[in-house]
Amino acid sequence: MSTAAAPVVRVHVPARSWRSELRAVKIVWYRELIRFRSDRVRIVTQLVQPLLFLFVLGAGLEQLSSASTHGVDLKTFIYPGILCMSVMFTAMFSAASIVWDREYGFLREMMVAPVRRSSIVIGKCVGGATVAGFQGVIMIALAPVVGVPYSLTLVLGVLALQLLLAFSITAFGVMVAARISQIQSFMGVMQLVVMPMFFLSGALYPVADLPGWLAVLNRLDPLTYAVEPMRTLVFAHLDLSSAAEASLNPGVTWFGWTVPVALSIFTVFALGMTVLAIAIWEFNAGE
Amino acid sequence: MPSAISVKSLRKSFGEFEAVRGVDFEVAAGEVFGFLGPNGAGKTTTINMLCTLAKPSGGSATVAGHDVVTARDEVRRHIGLVFQDPTLDGYLSAEQNLRLHAELYGVEKAAVAPRMRQVMEMVGLWERREAQVLTFSGGMRRRLEIARGLMHSPRVLFLDEPTIGLDPQTRSSIWGYIRQLQESEEITIFMTTHYMDEAEFCGRIAIMDHGEIVALDTPEALKEGVRADRIRIETDDDGAAIEAIAETFGLEATISEGAVSFAVSEGEEFVPRLFAELPVPIRSVSVSRPTLDDVFMAHTGSTIRDAEELGRGDQKIAAQMLSGMKR
Repeated sequence: MSTAAAPVVRVHVPARSWRSELRAVKIVWYRELIRFRSDRVRIVTQLVQPLLFLFVLGAGLEQLSSASTHGVDLKTFIYPGILCMSVMFTAMFSAASIVWDREYGFLREMMVAPVRRSSIVIGKCVGGATVAGFQGVIMIALAPVVGVPYSLTLVLGVLALQLLLAFSITAFGVMVAARISQIQSFMGVMQLVVMPMFFLSGALYPVADLPGWLAVLNRLDPLTYAVEPMRTLVFAHLDLSSAAEASLNPGVTWFGWTVPVALSIFTVFALGMTVLAIAIWEFNAGE
Repeated sequence: MPSAISVKSLRKSFGEFEAVRGVDFEVAAGEVFGFLGPNGAGKTTTINMLCTLAKPSGGSATVAGHDVVTARDEVRRHIGLVFQDPTLDGYLSAEQNLRLHAELYGVEKAAVAPRMRQVMEMVGLWERREAQVLTFSGGMRRRLEIARGLMHSPRVLFLDEPTIGLDPQTRSSIWGYIRQLQESEEITIFMTTHYMDEAEFCGRIAIMDHGEIVALDTPEALKEGVRADRIRIETDDDGAAIEAIAETFGLEATISEGAVSFAVSEGEEFVPRLFAELPVPIRSVSVSRPTLDDVFMAHTGSTIRDAEELGRGDQKIAAQMLSGMKR
């Protein structure tokens, strides 16, 4: 063999530093992108559900609700909720890949590397957010179809919110994945959490004057605090009557106090960071 | 020479079950050290502790001069791992898998490409570097894993059953790489196997059974230590021959592969007696030196295959405990 004659390339592995951690985050993130790019089926299938909700459910229920929406198309109303939904599912699938990685052994390769587990978890979450961001962009592109005009602030604002939400959901998924070793169970748990979260969040209805029990659950649902800023952002780019604005986007209230949009966003951020911290702690403790 | 691996009364238990019951050994730098034993003997648990994947319940171990508990990252930086179960990302190409490894281990950027070429050429996969790993056969994957384990120039390479489930040709080429590595990279190789014929290639071997090391030496010394040659005879009536051997010489013979076989201490000297005293006509006779199978038999009282059958119960318990821990 020719290698016998060639000099051995000896590699020096430097001591651990923040740069080596950053490289680890980057490569785990990059792997998510490679895998997403090669999985075209996933790109298409994960668009189906939000599109069904937006166009089929939206158009269908429009027949019933036109009286109470003050002339606003139902599709326009639920569009902010669908913007959130689309990234949720993609983020959930990204987190699921940790369970696959464990099943196919690849997780072990990452776990034995001389880097912090937190770098791997963060890389995974940033990867999940990025991949979800691509889906988000497709959904943003549909804005004119549902009567929302393009603008730079709309696109950037929506994308930023989507990335934050996707990061938090991926972190949540990774936290769950740390304890579940079978993909079926993981998907079951996520369905059990994600679907109720979506239905309770006010993505499909205004959150004022809800029945008592639903109001409580709605305020406890983290997704509420992502949908509300999203809707406020989208509505700010529409020309709505004040009556429509008041009835369709009443704002989230805590015991009569209206939660500012900034606090809503911060809530999502804080919860995301909390589940991320738990996920990292779990991966540090395990194996 | 300093020790590449130094292990002192290392133990590991899972609840009540003691998987490793206090083992001691040293592996010199540059050595090919074989760890032999049936499934469930505690080999993998020991290797996991040395690779920092499992925390010892007691005792201590250093690998490449670093303690496996207190200097976990230092150990990890200096070891390469090839596991029994595959740990490649099938959706990535061979090249991408190695690059990912290089990034995770912080290999200097300038060295990544030449090192990748070198390790991939060694295992004969350079031409296939752009193919998705999913399209690789089992043997190709194992070769790729070995290449990947070498990407960061580890001082110690751990191979857990590197040839299990592979065809003879791939097995022999893997042994080719191991020898090549030993010559060119000054690397220490620590491997587990339960193929006795392969253990012969190791510089020294340790036989592990029920969580303990029952023998440790060079293959030659171990075989000499058995002091039993194996005699195989073909006769006209094997049943009668076995009975006669038991009556005349007090030896226990068995039938294996169509011949009567038994062990005696001085094979050559025994053959004339055999012809003189055995009432059953003998058609052919062969005397062979002890193999590692005989060594294993001598130290554990069973062949490695029988031990595996027995060990399976224990292993199940261990597996259950492991899966319990994950939750």
